Amino acid sequence: MSLKIVVLAKQVPDTRNVGPDAMTPEGTVNRAALPAVFNPEDLNALEQALRLKEQFPGSTISVVTMGLPKSAEVIREALYRGADEGYVITDRCLGGADTLATSYTLSQAIKKIGGFDIILGGRQAIDGDTAQVGPQIAEKLGLTQVTYAEEILELNPDTRKIIIKRHVDGGVETVEAPLPLVVTVNGSAAPCRPRNAKRVLKYKNATAPAERTPEQAEAMAELVAKKPYLNINQWGAADIDADPEQIGKTGSPTNVKAVKNIVFKAKESRTMTASDADIEGLIVELLDSNTIG
Amino acid sequence: MANFYTDNPEIKFQLNHPLMKRIVELKERSFADKDEYDYAPQNFEDAIDSYDRVLELTGDISANIIAANAEDVDAEGPHCENGRVKYASKTYENLDTTIKAGLNGVTMPRRYGGLNFPCVPYTAINEMIATADAGFENIWSLQDCIETLYEFGDEDQRQRYVPRVCKGETMSMDLTEPDAGSDLQSVMLKATYSEEEGCWLLNGCKRFITNGDSDIHLVLARSEEGTKDGRGLSMFIYDKNQGGVNVRRIENKLGIHGSPTCELVYKNAKAELCGSRKLGLIKYVMALMNGARLGIAAQSVGISQAAYNEGLAYAKDRKQFGKTIINFPAVFDMLALMKAKLDAGRSLLYATARYVDIYKALEDIARERTLTSEERQEMKTFSKLADAFTPLSKGMNSEYCNQNAYDSIQIHGGSGFMLEYACQRLYRDARITSIYEGTTQLQVVAAIRYVTNGFYGQHIAELEQETVAPEFQTLKDRVIKMGERYNACVNKVVDLKDQDYQDLVARHLYEMAADIIMGHLILADASKDANLFGKSARVYVNFIAAEIEKHASFVENLRPEDVINYRQVDNSIEEA
Repeated sequence: MSLKIVVLAKQVPDTRNVGPDAMTPEGTVNRAALPAVFNPEDLNALEQALRLKEQFPGSTISVVTMGLPKSAEVIREALYRGADEGYVITDRCLGGADTLATSYTLSQAIKKIGGFDIILGGRQAIDGDTAQVGPQIAEKLGLTQVTYAEEILELNPDTRKIIIKRHVDGGVETVEAPLPLVVTVNGSAAPCRPRNAKRVLKYKNATAPAERTPEQAEAMAELVAKKPYLNINQWGAADIDADPEQIGKTGSPTNVKAVKNIVFKAKESRTMTASDADIEGLIVELLDSNTIG
Repeated sequence: MANFYTDNPEIKFQLNHPLMKRIVELKERSFADKDEYDYAPQNFEDAIDSYDRVLELTGDISANIIAANAEDVDAEGPHCENGRVKYASKTYENLDTTIKAGLNGVTMPRRYGGLNFPCVPYTAINEMIATADAGFENIWSLQDCIETLYEFGDEDQRQRYVPRVCKGETMSMDLTEPDAGSDLQSVMLKATYSEEEGCWLLNGCKRFITNGDSDIHLVLARSEEGTKDGRGLSMFIYDKNQGGVNVRRIENKLGIHGSPTCELVYKNAKAELCGSRKLGLIKYVMALMNGARLGIAAQSVGISQAAYNEGLAYAKDRKQFGKTIINFPAVFDMLALMKAKLDAGRSLLYATARYVDIYKALEDIARERTLTSEERQEMKTFSKLADAFTPLSKGMNSEYCNQNAYDSIQIHGGSGFMLEYACQRLYRDARITSIYEGTTQLQVVAAIRYVTNGFYGQHIAELEQETVAPEFQTLKDRVIKMGERYNACVNKVVDLKDQDYQDLVARHLYEMAADIIMGHLILADASKDANLFGKSARVYVNFIAAEIEKHASFVENLRPEDVINYRQVDNSIEEA
């Protein structure tokens, strides 16, 4: 059995190594100061997809991203690692989307790709940290969802059931779910494999049409005719039959009122003994304050 | 994120050398593969871009995966289990990473699944992996043995073995035995042809075999019964799938812990002949060793880089007397010298790699068609240059890497002597580089004929003719003067016609030649990119000025009758 796998990927500002200019004075992310990277947990998701592909030869991996034309870079990165094809969903009218509009747009794109068995994505993106897009896509497509996935333990092609280990508070949980489904992958899952030299050389000139300058477009047309894999699929809102009311800013009910810098500070310290009484007292206190529980 | 390639533009600089044009043209056969393989380059610029990209991904995995695993690999090391090697657990992760990254069969033709990269980018991959973990670099770089199988094996053997190495199977070269180290003529492992089995059977043992439980071995064995010297030795291919070779023990070493050094026992191990009988040592192992020596030169440069990185980072961080120690002349002097040796040594390394590239590509073309007389001449010229430069590159870089590892600890002070800092691992790892694949003393033996026959002198004269940027002319003049001093020393030694005397001063003459050649090379590099190499060029010329003075003084003042004072035992003891 071969699988049709869709991997959701996002290009994000690298918030892991922030400098003093990481935020604008208005409190938004200063994208110019941060390099754009493949969202880390989406890479974990891609690795799970690649493992399934190895396990079920003939499977295909389609990577979907929504963003500016330059977000095609994450498609190339995925192709370098073993994905088969990519789709950049880019359109001016898609800008300013919150998670609701994003999940709508992506679900429309996934519907258009069609025939999928499993949709994988990172748990959350490091720019917004909402962890909403994956679950919302599952809702919109009417699919089962498994979040915080750490490892796909088993996929039975006959029963079309999948067994997944989830990373939950205080341990792991193993769940079984039917295909097709949406899985969001946690950062504790296996890291993604490196780029492969031959694949880098094969796909290094792959671009989405919107990335090309007019001069490049002409040369690329000729090249793509000979080597179709050098074209990264590009869809606009119309290509995915998106309802204009549900996309971009129009489709986004979220309003950011303010973004604040919060610095965690330890105010005081207390010393206690290892006696049962002291430990019990601490536990009760922490439970009362909802710090644990 | 750290990246050993993009963080060190000195490596990329090597891709811009003018000879790269010829190297790519030869290696790519005028881009004959461009329509057949989707990863083949379309033209020269495309080829260089491809090397650049693969080096970038190598720099990434070297810095972020292999280097991150180095400490664990060093602490755990491999062990022997039922005659088989079990690597340190993180070594498996490293192997998986390099295989998935497709860094195997780097130089092999595409028709066997290789990347068809020249030696120059291969060397760059090699040095970065060594910067990350010199022990793992050993395992990875033994893929180089496939060059010898490719060159001397038949087409059937190539088709059976090369694709396996391109997919990531490992190799080893089984040469050394308890009584045959530097003197490989004494190899006794027995190869007998079995009519019954229709193949050769190997019996005996080997010692100090790096990655001795590899998938595919090249074995030097005595096929001619009753012989005692190198002419009775042949080269064999042993496939681990055949069985018959077990690991008796793994050596407990000072450094390169990740790399299993094995004692092997052969019991009727089925093997096949590679190439012709009796040419095992005199032709094939020589080829194998030249490749391996260049590999150790790359490993040495990699360790030197790591030692410099560690020293620099510590010196920038450590405060004493109210300021960071990098601001003290006594400390920045050490770092400047480390960087100068690193840059000059690297320049020599890549010069050698380029010479190897041109003659090997022509040699390979000669398997497909007859070379023109110009091509034959070109091959001869570059083959000789490669032969002369390889021992310089291996010997000097391995010595520099030891010196840099020593200075790296010195910069760390007392902390460097504690086992918490990476500099101590580098110091231990560096130590083997000037020993294996021919000690520095043996590199001198390999190089001395190019001293006495005037080859280096001639080459230095050619380098002197090259122009440098005006700002480096004064330095160039100083190096030219060193050349005169060198020639005078060589002439004195040649005129004396005293073998013992010559052997005693050989190391000095060898180092003088190497210093002067590296002096010219680093000045040429600085002329092309003063920002990158200007400081190193200035520091290096000052350094070798003193070195040349030291060596020249030794040679100029040593009289033949002084040799006796160096002998620790009377000649007659050995002869008796």
